[in-house]
Amino acid sequence: MSATGPMETVHPHHPASTRRRLWREIVAAWRAQKGAALLALAILAFLLLFLVIPVAQVVYVAFLDVERGGFTLINFLDFFRTPLFRESFYNSLYVSLMSVVVATFISLPLAYFTSRFNFAGTALIQTLGVLPLIMPPFVGAVAMQMIFGANGSVNLLLDEYFGFTIPFMEGLNGVILVQSIHYFPFILINLSASLNTIDRSLEEAAQNLGAHGFRLFRRIVFPLAMPGYVAGAALVFLKVFDDLGTPLLLNVNTMLAPQAYLRISSIGITDPMGYVISVILVVFSLLSLWVAHLAMKGREYASVQKGGGGLLKRDLKPWEKAGAYLVIVLILLIVLSPHFGLLLLSFGTIWSYSVLPDGFTLAHYREVFTTAWPYITNTLLYAGLAAFIDVTLSTAISYIVQRTRIPGRHLLDYLGTAAVAVPGVVLAIGYLRTFHDVMLPGVDKPLATWWVIIVVALTIRRLPYALRACSAALQQISVTLEEAAQNLGAGRFTTVRRIVVPLMAGGIAAGFVTAFATAAVELSATIMLVSSESDAPLSYGIYVYMQTAAGRGPGAALGVLAVVIVGFATWLSHRFVEKQRAQAALDERMAAAQGV
Amino acid sequence: MLARTLIAAVAISAAALLPASLVAAEIENKLVVVTSFPKDLTSVFKRAFEKKYPGTKVDMLKKKTTAGVKYIQETASNNTTDIFWASAPDAFEVLKGDGLLAKYEVKAKGIPDKIGSFPLNDPDGYYKGFAASGYGIMWNTRYLKAKKLPAPKEWEDLTKAVYFNHVGMSAPSRSGTTHLTVETVLQGKGWKQGWALWKGIGGNLKTVTERSFGVPSGVNSGEFGIGIVIDFFGFSSKATGYPVEFVYPSTTALVPANIAIVKNAPHPKAAAAFIEFVLSPEGQELLLDPKIQRLPVRPELYETKAKHLPNPFKGEIAASVAFDVKKSKARYNLVNSLFDVMITYRLDDLKAATKAIHEAAAALAKKPNPEAEKLLAQARALVAAVPIDEAKSLDPEFAAIFKKKRKKKTDKVSGRQAEVEQQWDAMVKANYLKAKELAEKAKAMAQ
Repeated sequence: MSATGPMETVHPHHPASTRRRLWREIVAAWRAQKGAALLALAILAFLLLFLVIPVAQVVYVAFLDVERGGFTLINFLDFFRTPLFRESFYNSLYVSLMSVVVATFISLPLAYFTSRFNFAGTALIQTLGVLPLIMPPFVGAVAMQMIFGANGSVNLLLDEYFGFTIPFMEGLNGVILVQSIHYFPFILINLSASLNTIDRSLEEAAQNLGAHGFRLFRRIVFPLAMPGYVAGAALVFLKVFDDLGTPLLLNVNTMLAPQAYLRISSIGITDPMGYVISVILVVFSLLSLWVAHLAMKGREYASVQKGGGGLLKRDLKPWEKAGAYLVIVLILLIVLSPHFGLLLLSFGTIWSYSVLPDGFTLAHYREVFTTAWPYITNTLLYAGLAAFIDVTLSTAISYIVQRTRIPGRHLLDYLGTAAVAVPGVVLAIGYLRTFHDVMLPGVDKPLATWWVIIVVALTIRRLPYALRACSAALQQISVTLEEAAQNLGAGRFTTVRRIVVPLMAGGIAAGFVTAFATAAVELSATIMLVSSESDAPLSYGIYVYMQTAAGRGPGAALGVLAVVIVGFATWLSHRFVEKQRAQAALDERMAAAQGV
Repeated sequence: MLARTLIAAVAISAAALLPASLVAAEIENKLVVVTSFPKDLTSVFKRAFEKKYPGTKVDMLKKKTTAGVKYIQETASNNTTDIFWASAPDAFEVLKGDGLLAKYEVKAKGIPDKIGSFPLNDPDGYYKGFAASGYGIMWNTRYLKAKKLPAPKEWEDLTKAVYFNHVGMSAPSRSGTTHLTVETVLQGKGWKQGWALWKGIGGNLKTVTERSFGVPSGVNSGEFGIGIVIDFFGFSSKATGYPVEFVYPSTTALVPANIAIVKNAPHPKAAAAFIEFVLSPEGQELLLDPKIQRLPVRPELYETKAKHLPNPFKGEIAASVAFDVKKSKARYNLVNSLFDVMITYRLDDLKAATKAIHEAAAALAKKPNPEAEKLLAQARALVAAVPIDEAKSLDPEFAAIFKKKRKKKTDKVSGRQAEVEQQWDAMVKANYLKAKELAEKAKAMAQ
């Protein structure tokens, strides 16, 4: 998203000379920024090849006249004429908006307390706050039911002691609750990254002018962290709008994503409506992104101070500390309860219509440890590679969009984010269709069945997460810092490497964590693309176990392994960022002491 | 003498060894199976087959049936799969229709042509039945005890008011086996009564699960108490230790689970060997593993090792319906769509109407009122009403709207599925609303 003023004034639109002007612009842009333009073209080619073409191969059916076979828009007319689809559309919209609201209430205190006050376990709290994103497929759903379901532990206890139950997991409100618990880390991660790069001097100035406490937060701190919040909120909105898992888990069918999925994945049905809904999901996602872009437009979030420094962290009085801990523990207890359920499932023998499992055993872990190792290494490899490519692409795209004047640069941003709305199964079918006859030299099987295609699929599917995080991070960096570097003789590449990327570190880490954590438990595209057992990741292993009554325990054990591994990786990256920041602060103080 | 004995011994052992080593040498060193079966089943067969053919490695790719069909369709130009192995016969029909299966003549002897009234093998010779399964009702004993519910026995029981909000099932569009149950009941009870029954059960549903395993999973957890499931889900859940029971209702169909060789299989000999192995007495015995529990297709096993299982060849499972495969095929997608429009997507409206009807009936039982009875009967008829009659469901031109897979560019189809579904939806929704109003009126009159 573009943020700075001058770039916007470059495009005065006079329709008459638009084309010539555009051409001149392109030529000028090419001369001035050859390297960046080449990079932009390369990224565009990648997105066309692995996103646009494969998806187009599948969804063109939406534009096909079933009666004659030519191009038509009648299917879209059918969509808006059908009350069921209209209802689904409103439901999806309502659930997405409400989820953003609830997720905000969950993540604000966590982000605020950990970035504003000195807490012993900040990295731990931030890590635990990411865990909800890692909800292993199927088994996570079962765990959720065992805790919050109509006959889950909580309701059984409520019924026994108070004689009433609460329908946590029913209807649209159930979807909102589960989605908020599941996706609030998007806001938490991005908001924390933003809070940590706020210019401390602005906060101090406000304090000198008499702003304190909540007023300081509301008027100064939160507005300054807006890019991170909007990035997170947009992701929650997009993800919930397009998410399939939770509505299916709660068996709510009257929402758009499940309607698309249920129609696409039935045997033998070639009804175009599933693809029509997919197209509408993509278009609507882009629209909402554009609205978010408009909301941020014309405002200045960048700060000049090196790395922003983040808010002044202060110590809390003992009773304040107790209160803060109470709030944090309470929130974590709620959002992590599905994971407690998962843990119980993995150690439990039989758990049926009871508060706790009938007994406990280590047998499930024993079974899993003999088979799980290839799954684990595959998962680390796939998710790690995908997340790495994602943050690399995202940094490049954000830079091109915000710091160059290449015409059509926003296209990259929109394309990269549109992937969030493409159902995994559509992408996977597109890959099979596009790449099955493509043989790469040195690979003895078609590209579509080579393990690398799984990495590509994960990269594309998780690109939006990394992109929003990196984009928000760059927005907070003042362009003057780069200009200064260039005035001192640094080339563009050196500037990016030595100035921009280090300053974006927090945002890049946030993007890496979200992409990695969610890629590690992705199933819908993976299951289509796995072409040999030895290439399969953890989520596939869980799927295989969760098909049988006897597989629930081992499936849960694998799920716990996934959570632990991804959680550990997240914690490591937090440690890394914290250390970098501490080092930077130290350098600064040293420099100040030496009177530089 | 000694020498002669020695020679004889060597000859005998050589003769004994020969065929095995020959067979082992004959087949390829790899076999790729795409299957929807769970690990508990596939790993047992994989282990036994690899033991028998030590030179061959079996790769079991687990994909749910719909994904497996799509995978084979999309990779057909450069096929890497040898065997497709799944339950739902209709999935095999789809692949066969696309010309993606290879014909295979089974060498194994002693397997009957029919199981109950359902032909065991594809009459055209493309796929073979290797195990049988019947549909039935499964329940959680703890759940029923806690909620003080009686155990159900027949499909009709599930329409009773006591089971309101306690039943779970999958949708026919989501699960091939559920489709067979729905179609079986439609054929066994007739189009009108059949749909009336499904709507009666539909009104009592707690949920329509997205995949067929969601039903046993929900019953095992106690999320809902009663589920409509295929028999081995019930048997294997019980064998795992869950507090569940299973029963076959009298209107059930026995359906074979199938296996087929994919066209242009890269390892055809290994594929043939695998099919023969699965159908051999030793392969059939593997089906009796406590975690698998499927009905073998070799009748002699029911006299010995499978004595505890009901013998489908002797009518111990009363499959009273003469299943008409042609009829089922003619309206396959139409039935799926009708079920989704009337039940899956309008579950809340259907449940609201059903609840009102249950309440009115309870009130009328205490205080009879002929006028109110009439209203209630009207309400029931409105809920049961189906937008199209049986003749229309079998009209090939109408059914084609739901298929419209044009083989050639010139093929024409009239009408769009979305158009038809929209009309149905409008009618169904209005009916449910009206039924609810009438039932509420009837209840008010009885009070």
